[in-house]
Amino acid sequence: MTAVIETEGLGKRYGRLWALTNCTLSIPAGHVVGLVGPNGAGKTTLLNLSTGMLAPTAGTIEVLGSRPAAGPAQLARVGYLAQHAPIYAGLSVADHLRLGAHLNPGWDAELARSRIERLDLNLEQKAGTLSGGQCAQLALTLAIAKRPEVLILDEPVASLDPLARREFLQDLMEAVAEQGLSVVLSSHLISDLERVCDYLILLVASRVLVAGPVEELLATHHLLSGPRRDPGSLPDGMEVISASHTDVQSTLLVRAGGPVLDPAWTVSEVGLEDLVLAYMSQAAGRRRRNRHLEVQK
Amino acid sequence: MIEFHLNGRSGVAPYLQLIHQVRHALRLGLLREGDQLPKVKDVAAGLAINPNTVLKAYRELEYEGLAAARPGIGTFVTGTLDGGSLAAHGPLRRDLQRWLARARRAGLDDESIEALFVSTFRSAAEEGIA
Repeated sequence: MTAVIETEGLGKRYGRLWALTNCTLSIPAGHVVGLVGPNGAGKTTLLNLSTGMLAPTAGTIEVLGSRPAAGPAQLARVGYLAQHAPIYAGLSVADHLRLGAHLNPGWDAELARSRIERLDLNLEQKAGTLSGGQCAQLALTLAIAKRPEVLILDEPVASLDPLARREFLQDLMEAVAEQGLSVVLSSHLISDLERVCDYLILLVASRVLVAGPVEELLATHHLLSGPRRDPGSLPDGMEVISASHTDVQSTLLVRAGGPVLDPAWTVSEVGLEDLVLAYMSQAAGRRRRNRHLEVQK
Repeated sequence: MIEFHLNGRSGVAPYLQLIHQVRHALRLGLLREGDQLPKVKDVAAGLAINPNTVLKAYRELEYEGLAAARPGIGTFVTGTLDGGSLAAHGPLRRDLQRWLARARRAGLDDESIEALFVSTFRSAAEEGIA
């Protein structure tokens, strides 16, 4: 099966600043991919490279087997919803649907109409007077009715209230179930994505720290607690992601290929949010140490 | 038709929560052989969860012999978990209600009742094994 997004040494530089460096990914089709990371980590840059709105400074990227925005056929297969639900404030809901039909060869007018009906949107209403949740739903309608094979969404729920957020994700998951489309969506909050994603990419400070199926990530990370000891004494093949110690106890979050057999440890499962936070603070600690070294020099 | 719900704080994987709810409904007789399980699309849309999570739960139930998928129609219950004991549920429930009323009169609160039940249940189970 062709990968949805495949990158090799991908990088993007703005002036002297690298927004994304050495990014190598292969995302299989049929997933809902969560692209997570703090603000400014490079999420939007990666998404803009995927849609062809930015050209790479280094490396290569392919979406559905060809260069992003390579031509009309490739554009028709990729749906994109930019941050802050872009709509035309001066156009009515009906205008938006006409626009969608006019611009997209694979437009599903029936799907668009039934969604607008179910959302109870007034066709004559100007989009600028819709609520935030309604705007997001209108933008999602356009993106879904285009009938893309992959749908890319940049922070789709960040600005929505909890109810609108839930409704948006419900409709997105319904579309995934009905149309079998692949989805890539970004958020700086893992809790937004925990239920919907089955594939996770963690981007911190312009680098990919973690990428893989959620189930696999959860199965290979464990939280260990036990009598205090030096993390250096752990067996090979076990990588410590985060560690905290009291005078008597050590608590470690580790990545391990196999089961943890040492009876001294109490092993418990790790949630996705804890896992992501552990990697993020590990990266932050490393940056702090580097800065410290530079100051000493 | 049953309706699923998810507890985000329980720490139990969502697909396992779905499986538990089907098994629970089978035990209580809320689901019987031949009943249809909610459609994958409806569960995904209703709970805002990944459809693959629902599919995984249904596949697991199929593997356990409790459900079977009919392509294009849906997934249906094919097994039972009540072990033919459903008829006994009524009288047992009434006994339990009487016992609960006595426990409350004796001044036990919800937590004490639950703790007493669980510890008695455990020790009875252990004696059963020995």
